[in-house]
Amino acid sequence: MLRFTDEHEWLKAEGAVVTVGITAHAAEQLGDLVFIELPKVGARLAKGEAAAVVESVKAASDVYAPLPGEVVAVNDAAVADPATVGTDPQGDGWLYRLRLDDPSEMDGLMDEAAYAALPK
Amino acid sequence: MGATEARDRVPRRLVSWNHQMHADTFGTFDDTLASGPQRTPLHALHLRRGARMVPFSGYDMPLHYPAGLLKEHLHTRAGAGLFDVSHMGQIALHADDPADAARALEALIPADILGLRSGRQRYGLLTDAAGGIRDDLMVARFGDRLVLVVNAANKAADLAHLRANLPASVTATPLDRALVALQGPAAEAALARLAPEVAAMRFMDAADIPILGQDCLVTRSGYTGEDGFEISVPGFAAEALAEALLADGSVMPAGLGARDSLRLEAGLCLHGSDIGPDTTPTEAGLAWAIPSVRRAGGAREGGFPGAARILAEIAAGPARRRVGLRPEGRSPVRAGAPLFADAAAPEPVGIVTSGGFGPSLGAPVAMAMLPIALAAAGTRLLAEVRGQRLPVQVVPLPFVPAGFKRG
Repeated sequence: MLRFTDEHEWLKAEGAVVTVGITAHAAEQLGDLVFIELPKVGARLAKGEAAAVVESVKAASDVYAPLPGEVVAVNDAAVADPATVGTDPQGDGWLYRLRLDDPSEMDGLMDEAAYAALPK
Repeated sequence: MGATEARDRVPRRLVSWNHQMHADTFGTFDDTLASGPQRTPLHALHLRRGARMVPFSGYDMPLHYPAGLLKEHLHTRAGAGLFDVSHMGQIALHADDPADAARALEALIPADILGLRSGRQRYGLLTDAAGGIRDDLMVARFGDRLVLVVNAANKAADLAHLRANLPASVTATPLDRALVALQGPAAEAALARLAPEVAAMRFMDAADIPILGQDCLVTRSGYTGEDGFEISVPGFAAEALAEALLADGSVMPAGLGARDSLRLEAGLCLHGSDIGPDTTPTEAGLAWAIPSVRRAGGAREGGFPGAARILAEIAAGPARRRVGLRPEGRSPVRAGAPLFADAAAPEPVGIVTSGGFGPSLGAPVAMAMLPIALAAAGTRLLAEVRGQRLPVQVVPLPFVPAGFKRG
């Protein structure tokens, strides 16, 4: 199941664990990425909390936790090579994995068609 | 996601160019009110080449082209980048006796304008009565005419300041022309294909040269730390000139994003960020722009706004100074980040005035204003970024050596 937020994040669910990243639209808007900061494995995130930072040459942007949960993995390869997030934001450029407190909350997020229709 | 703030994490929607954006609060150059962002004569070219456009100083300007900021930056250091800087203010000074204009300008700028020969250009500062910097600018002499290039955000205020303070015998006229900067080691060869005489120019030379049949004002200068030229061209001819330059395989269009990262690596000041009314020339490390003839004991000592403070500070040394900073980690440290002497210090000792990622260094770089006791190269401090204090070190400027053709 693939879901999106209006803050330009995507979530892909495998059971109660979701992989989180930024959308291709966000990556395009940000431009070349040069630095990424990810949450610590084991960290508890509240919905809307700043979970990660992605920085282009020109600006820093927060990536907010889309739903409450616990961080179970982070993409160290993206930290080592932030450009990956710009070139493959919805693949190898994923940011972190979150074990959701309540997996049913995924149903409240947008599907791909709804996100595509979002005014940007 | 949203843009972060240096201190307060105010969430904002993903925005475009929130870093060092200057709102044009002074109206347009000719003091009429514009209903929206203005367009330069190269606007259509930017759109045709797929530029990402952003509002900047009242103009709709290219932030970057499809190649992206990093490639545009690196290409400018290796080949040549072509920048539209038509948003900047170009002002011509006229007087029946050319010495009148030079003398009058010396009353506003602590520079040697009377000694500026035709065909040469200098960097100068418009100072204020408190010794602060109203604006920084370039002044060139083309025959009897002095031409200033001033910052876009200040151009209406600068023109009003000039008109209010120059004598009636000297007129200040905004030039309605485009301005393009061709910067990088390949700039000379690319421009010489259209105008062979530019090859004979040296750093800070200025020449009236016809290019593609149009009268152009060419200076060998820029804002990237590279060799290169700024070319003032009639607006209607700007696109033909830009396309002719871009037809050279070594020239790539570059946007304001690369312009900012290039000037930061070159240690060049951005007015409104690194320098402004709250900084003096000495604090800014720009006392070199004030020649001995205008200093204490010089033939034309003082006689400019803020002279008492500025000359006293040149003699005694400033209490604080602009410095270069290298963060020790990978995290960029941006404008507004406070600097602390140690992990527990409650009060900051200084502030980052410009900062970001330096593509040529592959590492973050910044500039800051620091008390003189902490301004020596090698001093280690902590910059607060998103609540964390990260180690940074004071380093000499520039970060990247200049490639000017001085010979």
